Amino acid sequence: MRFVMMAGLLLAGCATTSAKVDTPSTKPTTAKWNADPFPSTYKPYPGAATAITNATIYDGEGGRIERGTVLMSGGKIVSIGGPETPIPADIIVFDGTGKWVTPGIIDIHSHLGDYPSPQVAANSDGNEATGPVRAEVWAEHSVWPQDPGFARALANGGVTALQILPGSANLFGGRSVTLKNVYSRTMQGMKFPGAPYGLKMACGENPKRVYGSRGQMPSTRMGNVAVDRQTWAKAVEYKRKLDKGGDVTRDIAMDTLAGVLAGDILVHNHCYRADEMAIVIDMAKEFGYKVSTFHHAVESYKIADLLKANGICSAMWSDWWGFKMESYDAINENIPLVHNAGACAIVHSDDPNGIQRLNQEAAKALADGRRIGINVSDELAWTWLSYNPAKAMGIADKTGSLKPGKMADVVLWNGNPFSVYTRPERVWIDGAMMYDANDSKRRPVSDFELGQTGEGDVK
Amino acid sequence: MKHLFLLTAALFATPANAQTIAITGGMVAIGDGSVPARGTVVMRDGRIVAAGPSVGVPVGASVIDATGKWVSTGIVAGFSRLGLVGVDAVDETNDAGGAKSVFSASIDVASAINPRVPAIAVSRAAGVTRAIVAPDGGGTMFVGEGAVIDTGNDADAVTKARAFQFVEFGEAGAGRAGGSRVASQAFFRNALDEARDYARNPAAYDGRSKDSILMRRDVAALVPVMQGKMPLYIHVESGPDILSMLALKKDYPALKMVLVGVAEGWTVARQIAASGVPVIASALNDLPASFEQLAATQSNVGRMKAAGVTLAIGMIDDNDTRQAQQTTQMAGNLVALTRVPGATGLSWGDAFAAITSKPAEIAGLGAEIGSLRPGRRADVVIWSGDPLELATAVEKVWIDGVAQDLTTRQTRLRDRYLKASEGPLPKAYER
Repeated sequence: MRFVMMAGLLLAGCATTSAKVDTPSTKPTTAKWNADPFPSTYKPYPGAATAITNATIYDGEGGRIERGTVLMSGGKIVSIGGPETPIPADIIVFDGTGKWVTPGIIDIHSHLGDYPSPQVAANSDGNEATGPVRAEVWAEHSVWPQDPGFARALANGGVTALQILPGSANLFGGRSVTLKNVYSRTMQGMKFPGAPYGLKMACGENPKRVYGSRGQMPSTRMGNVAVDRQTWAKAVEYKRKLDKGGDVTRDIAMDTLAGVLAGDILVHNHCYRADEMAIVIDMAKEFGYKVSTFHHAVESYKIADLLKANGICSAMWSDWWGFKMESYDAINENIPLVHNAGACAIVHSDDPNGIQRLNQEAAKALADGRRIGINVSDELAWTWLSYNPAKAMGIADKTGSLKPGKMADVVLWNGNPFSVYTRPERVWIDGAMMYDANDSKRRPVSDFELGQTGEGDVK
Repeated sequence: MKHLFLLTAALFATPANAQTIAITGGMVAIGDGSVPARGTVVMRDGRIVAAGPSVGVPVGASVIDATGKWVSTGIVAGFSRLGLVGVDAVDETNDAGGAKSVFSASIDVASAINPRVPAIAVSRAAGVTRAIVAPDGGGTMFVGEGAVIDTGNDADAVTKARAFQFVEFGEAGAGRAGGSRVASQAFFRNALDEARDYARNPAAYDGRSKDSILMRRDVAALVPVMQGKMPLYIHVESGPDILSMLALKKDYPALKMVLVGVAEGWTVARQIAASGVPVIASALNDLPASFEQLAATQSNVGRMKAAGVTLAIGMIDDNDTRQAQQTTQMAGNLVALTRVPGATGLSWGDAFAAITSKPAEIAGLGAEIGSLRPGRRADVVIWSGDPLELATAVEKVWIDGVAQDLTTRQTRLRDRYLKASEGPLPKAYER
């Protein structure tokens, strides 16, 4: 509940959750110019009215139904309930006996499309590492919609939506974009309708290493924060001018930062160490913006209370550690410890392989937590995979749980999704079946793989 | 310096526990591909006496009840850089590579294994008791000599030094040898020819200048490889590259090849099987991450196994220095594929063998480690359940019959921060 008064400008800060973006901002900031110059052209594919019955259902918000029914029609969840749930005649029914139904997994941290496969220099478009402040770039302009990785995330991972972020070479990495995991000829055709933008920021080793090695600022952590603050000060000034009206020379980078200050764009901050996260929290208060989520956040367990008090989510791995100095203190119980403190926990991948096994990452963290007495139920742990990332990305009103009226982004698993032996059997996105393990025609093959060895293989 | 330390330490290494231990009532996974069954595991003097359903408890044995649990041989990381790196991106702690060295084939990782790096304890706590450790990045396509190590909580880590030579082929090897596959073929053949000549007449080989194609030590290190006395682990991914490796056998019939990586192995599985060359594959590569892996699929391992290839699982990626703890998860995923229509996976027994006996046998140590067959070193793990399942915990580990401490730096940090807020004194006083 921090409302920061700055130079006569009221900036809505935070609610207890990080997703304070559902209400459109009243600020005139982005109205001056077209706020949506690359609009989504995504259209849900047609889907037949479908019921899945007799399944174990995790609703994504912590609820669990045994022998449950999910009904979807017109691209939306229509109803969800126990065995007594009425099923209209003439719709497709899948028997989910022995199977599980969950909301589609949402990966809040992916570089698919920006760092696609094959990982060749010609396709390496994730870091505009030509200056530490590159708020003007938009990840969507690098997204290659033919990345074969999207198909793997769908078929093996049950991922239905994902946020593509710029890399972490820069303090201000640029705008993120949220995609539906549905192939399209264009980036716009994958773009999640109505999802707010994010701003990628980075703390710590990466920016100071990249620029310090070139003899540029920043070369230290204090340099990181100095450049951050100078940039935010400029953004506050820019926004003030905009809000006054009159002639302002347009600055694409500042547009994005003004959007953050107006509460329209969500900050996703790559930050490993607890002490650095605490500094960012204060810096955000100084300039009147809100951090949605700390990404990687391997030391969130050290300041879980602080993160809870500030309503900031942590996007985490289960057991990645030790690859660099700032990940040296990673522990396997990070996710459950953050959850247990009442803070918002998210499982993320940052990896084209990891995105195929986010359910397994959650399962490992869950088990590690239980061994230290943190008894989170399976159904509650699923919030780490769908509802919490949806909140942190500002799309929880649209997807992330199986509530009637929401997008029918649904996975039918061939067993318990927290078992290593389980895989997606079918995946629906907006009610359209986009993957079916039993039908090779429902397995997407990107242009890149067409005509090459292994085309259309099970992968 | 480190080498001397290791040699000295070996003299003081704890021999085994003289006591006989019998672990009873658990599901026993021997590691040889067999189906797990309830039974007893008996160890004495650091070796396995017997394991299986019909094994009795010897008189006087100290009995550990494992009812409801699983008991298995320790996990063998089939390909890793374990013990060579403290923190990957902190160069001073990273002994995996030697790309700036003038030496290559003679680089011996055993001399740099550091049992105190946190990755050793983390692996041990995950049930990994042995690891195949390869060097990463010598001065040429010949990367150096790998070792087999244990993860015990002691100073004596090396089970076998100079266990194999490691060479990069494919895209990485081409880059090191002059920029193309034709260059790496020429370099490779020349090196083996030099080794042959060196073996005949060492005095005639110069190799003392920094400008030599191969230093004297490096050529000497290739002699046992050329003679087939030391296995040659070859990193290769694409189908065509695999075939061109197998073709080398025609000119160098003595070579004892092992293929590592092998993402497209399934496309030439019949030929690999016919050659008898074993494979240590990445378990789950399914992305066309490079042009030599265009046909990558998670079914690769299952298809090669079905074709009759001898198979183990290894880690040939950015995680090879510290994520051997994920080995069981990788194997479990291969079992999962058996339930996916059109996919080919491994049976539980084969998947478990691929992370225990198979990597040991491929490294020439099948009689020593990798299974609970009689006479093997007593590397034993008690698990809370199925070792391949995600929720399963490692409860007890013995290496060479010695019970191991499973505390890690990570568990210490965890215990300090079970409650994040500080108490009467700063966290620095809590331990």
